[in-house]
Amino acid sequence: MPLLQLSLEINGEPVETAVAPYKTLLEVLREDLGLTGTKHGCELGECGACAVLVDGQPVLSCLVVAAACEGRRVETVEGMAGRDGALHPLQAAFADLGGAQCGYCTPAILLTARKLLETNPEPTRDEIADALSGNLCRCTGYNQIFEAVEEAAARLRASR
Amino acid sequence: MSDPAGPRNTVGRARRRVDGRAKVTGATRFADDVVLPRTVHCKLLRSSVPHGTIRSIDVSKAEAHPGVLLVLTGKDFPIPFGILPVSQDEDPLCRDRVRFVGDPVAAIVARDEATAFDALDLIDVDYEILPTRATPLEAYENPSPRIHEYGEEGNVHKRVSFRFGDTDEAFAASDHVFEDVFFFQGNTHLPIEQHASIAAPDPDGKLTIWSSTQVPHYLHRALARALDMPAAHIRVVACPNGGGFGGKTDPFNHEIVVAKAAMILGRPVKIALNREEVFYCHRGRHPVLMKFKTGVRSDGTITAMHLKTFIDGGAYGSYGVASTFYTGALQTVTYRIPRYRFEACRMFTNKPPCGPKRGHGTPQPRFGQEVQLDKIAEALSLDPADLRLSIVERPGTVTANYMHVQTIGLADCIASVVRRSDWKTRFRKLPHGRGLGLACSSYLSGAGLPIYWNKLPHSGVQLKLDRSGGVTAFCGATEVGQGSDDVLVNIVAEILGIDPLDVRYVTGDTDLTPVDLGSYSSRVTLMMGNAAIQAAERARDLLAGAVSKKLEVPASRLVFSERRVFDAEDPGRGVTFQEAVVLAETELGTLGTTGSYTPPRSPARYKGGGVGPSPTYSYTACVVEVDVDPVTGWIRVPKVWIAHDIGRALNPVLARGQVEGSVYMGLGEALMEEQTFRRLPPRLSPALVHKFPSMLEYKSPTSLDMPEVDTELIEHPDPRGPFGAKEVGQGPLLPVMPAVANAVYDAVGVRIDEVPITPEKILRALDDLAKGKPGRYGPESFPEIRYPEPMLVPTPWEGGDGNAVNDPERQRAAKME
Repeated sequence: MPLLQLSLEINGEPVETAVAPYKTLLEVLREDLGLTGTKHGCELGECGACAVLVDGQPVLSCLVVAAACEGRRVETVEGMAGRDGALHPLQAAFADLGGAQCGYCTPAILLTARKLLETNPEPTRDEIADALSGNLCRCTGYNQIFEAVEEAAARLRASR
Repeated sequence: MSDPAGPRNTVGRARRRVDGRAKVTGATRFADDVVLPRTVHCKLLRSSVPHGTIRSIDVSKAEAHPGVLLVLTGKDFPIPFGILPVSQDEDPLCRDRVRFVGDPVAAIVARDEATAFDALDLIDVDYEILPTRATPLEAYENPSPRIHEYGEEGNVHKRVSFRFGDTDEAFAASDHVFEDVFFFQGNTHLPIEQHASIAAPDPDGKLTIWSSTQVPHYLHRALARALDMPAAHIRVVACPNGGGFGGKTDPFNHEIVVAKAAMILGRPVKIALNREEVFYCHRGRHPVLMKFKTGVRSDGTITAMHLKTFIDGGAYGSYGVASTFYTGALQTVTYRIPRYRFEACRMFTNKPPCGPKRGHGTPQPRFGQEVQLDKIAEALSLDPADLRLSIVERPGTVTANYMHVQTIGLADCIASVVRRSDWKTRFRKLPHGRGLGLACSSYLSGAGLPIYWNKLPHSGVQLKLDRSGGVTAFCGATEVGQGSDDVLVNIVAEILGIDPLDVRYVTGDTDLTPVDLGSYSSRVTLMMGNAAIQAAERARDLLAGAVSKKLEVPASRLVFSERRVFDAEDPGRGVTFQEAVVLAETELGTLGTTGSYTPPRSPARYKGGGVGPSPTYSYTACVVEVDVDPVTGWIRVPKVWIAHDIGRALNPVLARGQVEGSVYMGLGEALMEEQTFRRLPPRLSPALVHKFPSMLEYKSPTSLDMPEVDTELIEHPDPRGPFGAKEVGQGPLLPVMPAVANAVYDAVGVRIDEVPITPEKILRALDDLAKGKPGRYGPESFPEIRYPEPMLVPTPWEGGDGNAVNDPERQRAAKME
């Protein structure tokens, strides 16, 4: 099968690559571009571990054909921290408050939560649970995740 | 083994874990994130029949497929393996027999995963179908054909029988005797990370494998055996696990296969299992049918207990012999049980092998015991919390089956959840449909014995210090999310008075780190922690000696804190930590220390007494509130209160995370999770298949299902724990399932004597109740199982010394003397 030329923006950088046409965005990110921060837990759209932002919206990268991302803006966990290594408030709160245990579901949850806080800067506990209901976590029992999102929301509001 | 002055620097402080930054930036390198040049990819062909012999395998078409580099079958792996020395019953690829749908029969290595996947279809396997044994009773009643040629007899893998004191006499003298049968359905770990491994030949011809394993040391041993290579030529690197929960505690077929393939091809070979394959790896919770017979006096004092368990082991041994003992080892450590009888039987069936899941063999009987106690309290008109408080085991006790209880904070745990849940004013007083249930539990802080017999340390820590002021800690322990790296660094930083982020750490690498037995049995904090204390105190003593000479201050007066070493009586008089290291290196030469930990000897001397002993036990009490809709049977859990006797929380953020993660997993087991199977229509296929090997249909709690959890850590330092710490990763799961069952009874008056507790079962029991029947859902009877003659072990209070009086081996030995 001939490779497909693909141009897209990843974490603010323009990327040009040639990919197998059957490959998912998940496979292209992890295997072709070396962005292994995005994880896989089922490759069937069930666990949520592969969520990234495409044009600002959370999508399951295991269900998106990479070819469909031509010209689009993709954000992964590798793009969340600032240039000086400063963690995004969500990252800092997850690290401080037990929001990440094994850390495997964490990148997708961080990105999903980021989208939530961009549209709803002061979410209720129920709204956070609702936003993250497609991201399975087997370690934390979710409560410390909720607390980390609330803490990050407060830090973000304070910094505005 | 802790600093008598108590921690002063980092221990006990809520801090960001040392690996926190890596986990939130996606930088943590899990096994499938390891990328090596020239890597090729492996896929396994798995059996499509549940039980059969392999007549022939034709791989010629697959070998000819473009892009395929290697095809391996059972004949390439003549040596079997298994986690326990007594059950080396797995083949890396099945040689002549398949035992469950999913058993691996062939491996394809190709230039990419897609090619390997396509070539799987080109392998022809001719199976001769054998009868399928789907349940333990079916396997018991049909001893032939045997699923394995070893074990007790027929399809019985392991049978045990003990009697600690004369239970019959105690039952006869009891005011009441309660008999109840319970069933605990199997379930699986469901780590979000699918198992992955990458093996590569080293430039000098040795072998390295990076893998998602909780037990690099045991994998190291299994690889050396199965590949017939010297262990010294194999390096196992345990990558941080994306969740383990016991599911990555066995050596696995795929690890051995890629190791062999890498050595044959001379290049890296990677395998990443798909989700369906993870369900086939399993090693999860054993389904257990159990019968409790418990004698009590009118005040609730227990006079004796007789427990029988009947266990579905699945197709291989795994940890099953240990699991069998664990279904009865810890009943005695929570409440005083003066006489105890325990019989267990594990069966082979044609399903993925069961093994150790969080709580390993003990959550099932804990469920039965705690639900039965609720029934006993009801029958005796006692409050279930008061009943438990009146029978809590005493500290320092050697129990009827010779488990040595050290500190026990169970009464404080019960008092804590009773107070916080407003139990006294709400239990049995809430409106119909609302209910509260209470249950307790205990768990090991590490297994007292390793899985293979030896007298070696269970954990080792090395420290390297040099003139840069840098400290590196080395330990074989494996980070599976629980925070083992943080425990290691926390303790070293505490003792040397430096910041945890100053310490480098290297863990889970059999080339670079001293042996630690692995992340299982809740052993890491206690065992690695004590080894780390020893290594760090030795390093501190080296530095203190050198600084003492320089400052002319007695070493005993020196304080290590805030990256300085100074005089306690004149804190301005001191040196920086780096200066201290330079002084010591100047005086002594290159600096390094080691620490080791070996558990104390158990008082249990009888055969089989090696499973259950632990340096110390943790304790938990839990109250669950439920909201049951009597029309639909739907169960909602609005809140859980839990208290855990942890000894001391080394990092309270992580400790709380372990408690609440346990509550979450316990609620999943209580309400929805089940690993179950169905037969296909016989005219189409003989197969017994997993009902739902996917994350969508294997139901687990989401963020919307998870209640608020109100956690309290009870901290009474245990002298055997590092800075007093006991385990926290497993114990808090155990009380959740029985607390839910007891709460359902409080809410709607029906007893669900099995898990998961589903709306359907509640409705059936409510229907029965409406018809004037008992209002119970659960197993009706316990089958007649031939258990062996019991091993008779007199209790400590009857003059026993921990030995059996009728052990045939001992009797033979005594005659020879």
